[in-house]
Amino acid sequence: MNDLRQKIQTVIDTEPVALFMKGTPQFVMCGNSDRALRALRAAGAPVTAVDILPDPAIRQELSSLSGWPTIPQVFVKGELIGGADIVEELASDGELEQKLADALGPDYRSERAETVVSV
Amino acid sequence: MCSATMTAVATEKLQLLLERAFPEATELKVEDRTGGGDHFHVVVQSASFNGVSLLDQHRRINDALADPLRDGTIHELRITTRGTE
Repeated sequence: MNDLRQKIQTVIDTEPVALFMKGTPQFVMCGNSDRALRALRAAGAPVTAVDILPDPAIRQELSSLSGWPTIPQVFVKGELIGGADIVEELASDGELEQKLADALGPDYRSERAETVVSV
Repeated sequence: MCSATMTAVATEKLQLLLERAFPEATELKVEDRTGGGDHFHVVVQSASFNGVSLLDQHRRINDALADPLRDGTIHELRITTRGTE
């Protein structure tokens, strides 16, 4: 496994909620990434964002790891939840909050912090 | 080729790929969201989605559209899927 792939895998495995997106939460560069971020924020998720734009290889390695072709991609506790449409749909009926509570514990909101990591 | 024609061609291509992958679909729609021929919203309702997780429903759409996703025909994709139950 190459270095970049390993770094991406580590983010997926160790961050409670990983959002691979175009841009950063402070400067979102794509509508779908924005939709996913908003849905996660509304659910109070402790988002760790990774900007995939600096290097095309990030997206290639990520998609080859996850089997998911598009950006954004949301992982909770290492598990792929989906892209913007799924996260939005889950958020709209409260299922996202349930998933977060199941995976991270009922107090997941208390550790709320938005961070950005690079790979 | 003018851009309006390109747009129609891309929409038609996606429609065809989805029809091939979901011949049993009770609803199948490809919408060009911006008129630019690269931002699409696809809607598929199929009995084959019954009991299938949302993630796997979307995976099947992504699989059906793998080529246009890979070659850049699709710049942005929105997916709406539902079963028939």
